[in-house]
Amino acid sequence: MSVLSDSGPAGPAPVDAVASPPRQGAVRRLLRSPVAVVALVWVLLVALLAALAPLLTSASPTASQITNALAPMGGANLLGTDGIGRDVLAQLLYGARTSIVGGVIVVVVSLALGLPAGIVAGYYRGRFDAVASWIANLLMALPAIIVLLVVLAQFGRSTELGMAVFGVIIAPGVFRLVRASVLAVREELFVDAARVSGLSDGRIMRRHVLPVVIAPTVIQASQLLGIAIVIQAGLEFLGLGSPNQASWGGMLSDAFQNIYAEPRLLLFPGLAIVLTVTAFSLLGNALRDALGVGGRMPRVRRRATVVAAPDSDVPAPVVSEPPGDALLAVQDLRVSYPKGDGSVSEVVRGVSLALRRGEVLGLVGESGSGKSQTAFAVLGLLPPTARTSAERLTFDGTDLQRLSPAERNRLRGRRIGYIPQEPMSNLVPSFRIGSQLTEPMRHHLGLSRAEARRRALDLLARVGIQDPGRVFDSYPHEISGGMAQRVLIAGAVSCDPELLIADEPTTALDVTVQAEVLDLLRSLVAERDLGVVLVTHDFGVVADLCDTVAVMQEGRIVEEAPAGRLFDAPEHEYTRMLLSSTLENSPSRQDLPPAVPDPDEPEPLPLSSSGGPR
Amino acid sequence: MLLFLLRRIGAGIALVWVAATLVFFLTTLTGSDPARRILGPQAGPDEIAAKTRELGLDRPVLERYWDWFTSALRGDLGASWFTNQPVSRLVADALPVSLSLVLAAIVLTAAVSIVLGVVAAVRGGWLDSLLQGVSIVAFAVPNFLIGMVLALVFAVQLGIFPALGYTPFGEDPGRWLASITLPAVALAIGAIATVATQTRGSMIDVLQQDYVRTLRSRGLPTRSVLLKHALRNAAPASLTVLSLQFIALISGAVVIEKVFGLNGLGERATAAAGQGDVPLVLGIVVLAVVVVVAVNLLLDLALGWLNPKVRLA
Repeated sequence: MSVLSDSGPAGPAPVDAVASPPRQGAVRRLLRSPVAVVALVWVLLVALLAALAPLLTSASPTASQITNALAPMGGANLLGTDGIGRDVLAQLLYGARTSIVGGVIVVVVSLALGLPAGIVAGYYRGRFDAVASWIANLLMALPAIIVLLVVLAQFGRSTELGMAVFGVIIAPGVFRLVRASVLAVREELFVDAARVSGLSDGRIMRRHVLPVVIAPTVIQASQLLGIAIVIQAGLEFLGLGSPNQASWGGMLSDAFQNIYAEPRLLLFPGLAIVLTVTAFSLLGNALRDALGVGGRMPRVRRRATVVAAPDSDVPAPVVSEPPGDALLAVQDLRVSYPKGDGSVSEVVRGVSLALRRGEVLGLVGESGSGKSQTAFAVLGLLPPTARTSAERLTFDGTDLQRLSPAERNRLRGRRIGYIPQEPMSNLVPSFRIGSQLTEPMRHHLGLSRAEARRRALDLLARVGIQDPGRVFDSYPHEISGGMAQRVLIAGAVSCDPELLIADEPTTALDVTVQAEVLDLLRSLVAERDLGVVLVTHDFGVVADLCDTVAVMQEGRIVEEAPAGRLFDAPEHEYTRMLLSSTLENSPSRQDLPPAVPDPDEPEPLPLSSSGGPR
Repeated sequence: MLLFLLRRIGAGIALVWVAATLVFFLTTLTGSDPARRILGPQAGPDEIAAKTRELGLDRPVLERYWDWFTSALRGDLGASWFTNQPVSRLVADALPVSLSLVLAAIVLTAAVSIVLGVVAAVRGGWLDSLLQGVSIVAFAVPNFLIGMVLALVFAVQLGIFPALGYTPFGEDPGRWLASITLPAVALAIGAIATVATQTRGSMIDVLQQDYVRTLRSRGLPTRSVLLKHALRNAAPASLTVLSLQFIALISGAVVIEKVFGLNGLGERATAAAGQGDVPLVLGIVVLAVVVVVAVNLLLDLALGWLNPKVRLA
């Protein structure tokens, strides 16, 4: 009875997720899950036994024979008798009736109150929403047991009344879920369209709003049934259930009286409750999966394992041995992801690169071309499901593939810096800029708090921030996107790295700010002799900053050339197409339409690193 | 921030008032005669009339309500109809028992849930599946059933903990801890199932955020990324669920007190409600809601500390 008060309809599985409309075939999908089938069979079995109780046993669940108290199992009483000589089996069967009826009362009452109130509050907002939400919050703050005690003391012991009152107390859970679902769909374009085309509110609710609400409500109802059974058992245990009515909670109460003499009495009602409530929980979870609500959490595995990628039918491009002074050398890099059906989708297919100190290499391509994946493979920051392999992956002569995760982590931040694409989502919202800047410096360089602070302020000034002190003390949400990107650049170079990986560092910024950030990057490269891998889809950025350009398409490098030559005389058809489309709508800040639809485009990845601007 | 706090305190006071008012009028709904209940079936009509007058029950409901309300404002919750003892003392006597139990349970819940939730989110694999499976079952077991089984095993069979009764902290801290261990564990297990599942979910969400990758790109130790940055950002969702669980724990404690024979507020509330001892019931309602309001206030402060955006709002 851990949820006597409404702890969300939750149970172990939070169902606050807002749903999409139920799709067809949900029942079939539900029945394909063995867990769901077992749970469903159990629930139906309990219902059947409850309905057929009089046929299954001739014993009365309430008639007590004091002379036959605590009779053992077997014989006339198959499961024995309780402390006052009532037949355990009969109580179990008739108790199932009480439990199911009680659960249904809770679901009916809470839905009758929560569903309409949630729909109206979510659809019309306004005063009704304010009042209803206030009442819901009030009810949720009251310990349910107190209300139940008072009501049952006033009106007499009754399981049905107790369950009806509990239905009222838990209705806010239904209300909040429904309201959230309606709020989400209310802003959808198709609802606007329906409104503009003159459909009445009633029709819109029936046609568009109700379907969205049904799926989460069904899931919640299943979990409410389980919660109701637990709560009901608690009330009966306290002696507040209907007198002269068999119930599982009442059986447990009797078992408690005889706990030393006959602990076995705990077993059957205990098992009945646990199994039935578990079945309802599992059914709720299975329904969520079948109806596609909320989405399953992708499982996070421990570490990316380096596994040789399956042989590709495409031969790796032959690339000459990288020069000896290369800061970064990559040869035949492959990145792939396992797909749901067991096959593997390769997103980087044999990429080779070489980069010297002071050189800026542009990695250009449209979204899904594998350029960001290449960059993250170098950093060792691909999602855990990614499989990476390379014939050669060295940084300043060190084989990155041989390093342990901890050794690789020591390189990151210290010798290899990273500038992300989206400034606002890459700063930790709950820490001040200053602490985010100083933590890596204190960790890598062993600086004291004061030294790190001084250095961070210098860095902030260096990246062109007017008032370093104020920004140092600010939270990320208090500064602009352009400033946040400068902060991230400052963070990337804070420990004097030799290599910088920049993933579309200007894409999310305004045009004027873009130019300033590019200037900043150029001066930092010159000042610190940095090697830079610059991932971008923007030839304007390439022309501005890059010495060499590698053009990527579908996971391969199709052309690599010094920047000047690439612009003057592009050799590859695809490069020419990219260039011409850039010139046509320059300055190009949008994604290019994919020239060839890529059947192997990876599923959305757990880490939003699928490359390209969002 | 101050304004925000004042608003929350105001809302809390309103909640206490609404709850007390609601319960007050609930107790006046039925026609059963309190004086008759108090004096028993032998009492004559004159005695009943005298008692009714003494309790002030001959006056209109609204007038009685106003009286109760104004004296409650002055801190006077009246006296029990049955024992004539002041409600405030009856409640204050029982409070340490229930508070020990509920606070121990909530501390246990918070500590275990964070560890389990984080480990399941980070390690994944069989450990994660196990946690999810166990939490579904743990959620399904009524806490008083857990309590009875714990008492059977650890008190009766193994004799490690007492099966019944409460030792005040002031008397013997060691025995105090022993006397609330089993009840607190029984009470916490269901809450742990819920809060750990929530913590796991929000940790997984946070670990997918861009800023976690950026933190890793800075070469920070995994410990710092997980326990300092990710956990702090995952904490608000867990705390909210924890505060709802706290309200549920108060309810659960009523049943657990019966299992372990603890003379706490729950026992007192059950008895008072059964007898129709209206002043005592109202006193317990006020106290319980005050505790809930106080906990929610602490939660608001904690959320403000964890999330700077809330702090400014």
